[in-house]
Amino acid sequence: MPEVVLSANNLVKHYPIKKGVLRRTVGHVKAVDGVSFDLHKGETLGIVGESGCGKSTLGRLLMRLEEPTAGTVQFEGQDWSGASARETRRLRRNIQIVFQDPYTSLNPRMTVGDIIGEPLEIHPDVVPKGGRRQRVQELLDLVGLNPEHINRYPHQFSGGQRQRIGIARGIALNPKVLICDEPVSALDVSVQAQVVNLMEKLQDELGLAYVFIAHDLSVVRHISDRVGVMYLGRMAELGEEDEVYSRPTHPYTQALLSAVPVPDPTLRGKREQIVLVGDVPSPANPPSGCRFHTRCWKAQDVCSQEEPQLEMRQDGAGGHLSACHFAEPRLVVETVDVSDLVPDERFVSSSTDDLDDVGSGLGHDDSLAPDDRSTVERSSVSDPQAPADTSRVVQDTDDQQR
Amino acid sequence: MSTATDTTTSGHTYTPKDGVLLEVDDLFVEFHTRDGVATAINGVSFELRQGESLAILGESGSGKSVTAQAIMGILDMPPAVIPQGHIRYCGEDLLTMPEEQRRKTRGPEISMIFQDALSSLNPVFPVGWQIAEMFRVHRGMNKSDALEQAVRLMERVQIPAARDRVKAYPHQFSGGMRQRIMIAMAIALDPAVLIADEPTTALDVTVQAQIMALLEELQEERQMGLILITHDLGVVADVADRIAVMYSGRLVEKAEVLDLYASPGHPYTRGLLESIPRLDQKGQTLAAIGGLPPNLMNIPPGCPFNPRCRMAQDICRTDRPALREVAPGRLSACHFAEEVIDA
Repeated sequence: MPEVVLSANNLVKHYPIKKGVLRRTVGHVKAVDGVSFDLHKGETLGIVGESGCGKSTLGRLLMRLEEPTAGTVQFEGQDWSGASARETRRLRRNIQIVFQDPYTSLNPRMTVGDIIGEPLEIHPDVVPKGGRRQRVQELLDLVGLNPEHINRYPHQFSGGQRQRIGIARGIALNPKVLICDEPVSALDVSVQAQVVNLMEKLQDELGLAYVFIAHDLSVVRHISDRVGVMYLGRMAELGEEDEVYSRPTHPYTQALLSAVPVPDPTLRGKREQIVLVGDVPSPANPPSGCRFHTRCWKAQDVCSQEEPQLEMRQDGAGGHLSACHFAEPRLVVETVDVSDLVPDERFVSSSTDDLDDVGSGLGHDDSLAPDDRSTVERSSVSDPQAPADTSRVVQDTDDQQR
Repeated sequence: MSTATDTTTSGHTYTPKDGVLLEVDDLFVEFHTRDGVATAINGVSFELRQGESLAILGESGSGKSVTAQAIMGILDMPPAVIPQGHIRYCGEDLLTMPEEQRRKTRGPEISMIFQDALSSLNPVFPVGWQIAEMFRVHRGMNKSDALEQAVRLMERVQIPAARDRVKAYPHQFSGGMRQRIMIAMAIALDPAVLIADEPTTALDVTVQAQIMALLEELQEERQMGLILITHDLGVVADVADRIAVMYSGRLVEKAEVLDLYASPGHPYTRGLLESIPRLDQKGQTLAAIGGLPPNLMNIPPGCPFNPRCRMAQDICRTDRPALREVAPGRLSACHFAEEVIDA
């Protein structure tokens, strides 16, 4: 496995809630409450979660746009959170950020050349002064914009083009890590695909590592090597992309995946959706124990008393990190209707051997043989010929057994 | 569950002819601005039948919301101008109807749910009061009866502790709950046509699933004609019977939902479907549509999609393709629709 470039260790960010004339602190919004992970060189870590789960705050903490209440961020083994101003500036060259809203993250009074050139002004040793204009034009070319447009203003570009400008600014200093906070959420589907393609191309060419924060599960699946699912400031599940999507063990991940509408009308009425009741509780007063227990169908007494740790838990084909006392894999992502098939024994056994044949011999609906194995094989990602789409929901294995 | 039916009186002023509720016929909408005339809708025709779900799919600027606003009659005129076209509700042309009469159709006959519930609700009145307003204004009920109906509606849209929350203000509700209140207002007078303009775009996926399930249930229960306006191909696949795809103010394709997803009949639709990340393409380049939608003040000659189309030929740059029947029940505005379907 490649070296770790960025690691978060038990990151915490609490915002004080102040009230009254004296502005006394009456409580804290626990935006991020103990998150740890490693980011490896050249990989993409996707962070998904609903609004208010703390994923954007996490991105800002990694970037040190916010000071953590507790915990550390390490860049290449060096603790960044206690660094001096000069040291911080030096380290920031290696970590850059692309923001969600391409309309407010670019200064309307600056030309594109000034916007992309600003990081080069702040870090004058990266490119000598005479070469900066040329470097900006190279960057524009790299992100697919016309280098002659260097003197235009942001309002002369469309949303997708502005996001490309934001990306060009992010990569101007040749960073090692790019934090992308909902970079495609504000864009139309057809333009979104262009920007996702661009980001993948840049990663290949420049060897960037991405922290890709988004709420769109299919985009995250497409671009990520590993995925972390956040709920109320904590990481609920963290693993390889196919572990989280095809063998989710945390009930929240399962509900989230099953709620994603699938662009395939033939599955209508055949998918089992886990519809959660209620809304996300307030992060100012998160539930005791497991934070998901108030909406969880599996919750028992222990869930409200004891906080489950994010640790390796069995997922039916090995294991990955999950924070649930009752973690068990549940097949929620599917491409075809397998509701009347017999469940695969892989979900009962905990051996890792059957991973090898995962995904073999499976194509589309016509290959839907009524034998047991095809049930789960189809959910694999190891076979590029396999399923035609990302998020399909079927009867879970428990129900079939009943 | 059945309490909400008490809130409605049976029978509408209008009765549909042959099951057709709404008929939009060759509609044009222009916006006259200082910079010139933007043609937001450019000859759109479709019909909506009783109990049917029609999805209007398109990206920003395609004219899908303007279509909805034209049907509701809530376009700001000026700058909007409707130079030609008809919108018939049960055979009556809404565009030539006197405003007084048209006002009476909004609510009991046609109603609408907006994308952003927070800015669509009045922040200084309790939600119950706002729902009850429908009954006071259209049914002439007294305050307490109307409020009672509001409570029932809030229960119908599954707002917990409705009786206690009827006097709460919009800001005291979460996004999903606000959208439920919008839905309660929209269905209050048991409309025959419900227009939902991006009803779940601002919501998280788990809440989106709740709201879509509620909408489907209500439509089933009341046999409403539903126009669902969205850009989300996943939501459409779940709910719609038929789909109309819009691009730069024109309908480019109209088909049954299964046909459209199985074999799109227009290169734009095909491009949209291919733009969605799919599992079998992981690690590969997405098949994005190149370029950008055209400026509505300067729509290219011929097919508006031709600058972005991979199949474009000379004829596409000169001749505007008409929306024509390319297979039974399928309409496409592409010179090469048959090839696209077979591809």
